[in-house]
Amino acid sequence: MNFSNFLYIGQEVRLIILLVILFLYDIFSPKKWGIFFQKIAIIGFAIVTVCNFIPYYAMHGEIFGGIYMTSNLTSFVKNILNVATFLVFLQSNSWLSSKDRILKQSEFYIISLVSLFGMYLMISAGNFMVLYVGIEMASLPLACLIAFDKNKKKSAKAGVKYILISALSSSVMLFGLSFLYGTLESFYFSDIVFNVNKDPLIILGFIFFFSALAFKLSLVPFHLWTADVYEGAPTSITAYLSVVSKGAAVFTLIFVLYKVFGNIEVIWRSILSCLSVVTIIVGNLFAIHQSDIKRFFAFSSISQVGYILLGIIAGTVQGMTATIFYVVVYLFSNLAIFGIISIVEFIENGDTRIKVFNGLYKSNPLLAFVMMVAIFSLGGIPPFAGFFSKFIIFMVAVEQKQYILVFIALLNTVISIYYYLLIVKAMFLEKKEEITFKKYKINIYNWINLTICTVGIFIVGVFSAIYKYIEVLSFGIS
Amino acid sequence: MIKMEYYLIISTLMFFIGIYGFITRKNMIAVLVSLELMLNAVEINFAVFNRYLFPNQFEGMFFTFFGIVITASETVVALAIIINAYRTIGNIEI
Repeated sequence: MNFSNFLYIGQEVRLIILLVILFLYDIFSPKKWGIFFQKIAIIGFAIVTVCNFIPYYAMHGEIFGGIYMTSNLTSFVKNILNVATFLVFLQSNSWLSSKDRILKQSEFYIISLVSLFGMYLMISAGNFMVLYVGIEMASLPLACLIAFDKNKKKSAKAGVKYILISALSSSVMLFGLSFLYGTLESFYFSDIVFNVNKDPLIILGFIFFFSALAFKLSLVPFHLWTADVYEGAPTSITAYLSVVSKGAAVFTLIFVLYKVFGNIEVIWRSILSCLSVVTIIVGNLFAIHQSDIKRFFAFSSISQVGYILLGIIAGTVQGMTATIFYVVVYLFSNLAIFGIISIVEFIENGDTRIKVFNGLYKSNPLLAFVMMVAIFSLGGIPPFAGFFSKFIIFMVAVEQKQYILVFIALLNTVISIYYYLLIVKAMFLEKKEEITFKKYKINIYNWINLTICTVGIFIVGVFSAIYKYIEVLSFGIS
Repeated sequence: MIKMEYYLIISTLMFFIGIYGFITRKNMIAVLVSLELMLNAVEINFAVFNRYLFPNQFEGMFFTFFGIVITASETVVALAIIINAYRTIGNIEI
């Protein structure tokens, strides 16, 4: 065995080391030390995240006999997921510190890190077997996390829904993979990429395979679980689901489509463009009538994925760059929003109706301001990063002559601004029924999270070096 | 030797019976059973394709092993979550 292969997977090795350390600490440390667990987990993960950003040498290559592919782009993409997970850890701190969860907090960190490792496998898989193992490894721990609040009915129900649906989607994917194997003779991406053609059995296999990823992405015909699961899961987990898990699925979709199914681009383009239109429209129309803020952002995130698909449809290097850039911006805006929701929910005893946000500006002006910035960024209003990411995605799609698609997407942006502004209106104009205004107490972790997110929203759009950097990396892969 | 098509017919039937059960059943355990049916159908597919079409290699068989292990772990997690749901909600109807 050639141990130099391990030099290529520094990120995975670091994550596993952290996992083992946390696991051993949880088992063998004296009970009194339990209070330090959170700090150790957060600081350890911060160190891992920072270490991953240091480029040490060329990491381009196929390793372990081609089942695993690393490149500078995959390592950058994993860093994005790392940052998102770190922010989720920060915002889950106050939720985990409450009395009935303090004993279980170690489980939260360990399980979510395992899930993150599964996403690493998904992203840099070079073989369908590794891809399948990665997808399962990412979704099984997530189901446990969704059912984390054992005593809450909604959480338990959401957990059941998620595990059954994800098992269904993975078995559908396997069915597709079996046909791909039957026609193409191999599971290795590098072996089958030249043999993929418009054979009906291959197309059937591809559609089955794609529908599994569509479940993960919650594209529209497969989106029915999203709202219930997002509503039932604890808010930090909802943030994890809507950003990290979705981001990993987007990256996997890009890599698989570009690396394996490049030959049948015409077919997946037409499938994706239908799905993208339906996703954007349905997500927007359902979001308007929601009265629960977590359901609201579930539908908003569905429609955001529709925009992300526009970049993938373009099928060029610029398209890939635009998609990854969009995910980065989406990460910061969505995590800021969910950070604020978790603060408000924690103070208001688990109430997540939109009504709770009435008059937030009067009681907590700073929170209302951050929420407004994040919402404007999601909606795509100019000075914030969301505008630039939407602009680039539309530009890329127009370059590929997808005029009708872009027109529909633009119309829907207007609709989306309407319902995003409903929340801003609730915060700034509506009056709260109670007379006493509660000034929320916010701990240091939440402040760090909100600061990073706000700075990200302002910086990522204006500071073009990030876009340029992603573009350079994307050229490396194609 | 039995023809390959017969195996494929059986596995396809199993798969779609599984989907039918997944959609119509109201009991969570029955839904889980339907899921098992689907996953096992797929594993038959892999093994058959490997044995009949590419007898010189073992990739399909390996995939079957991985599939069996992952299916088992999936069932374990699903059962744990269903038991938890039964304790909090009181029944296991969807």
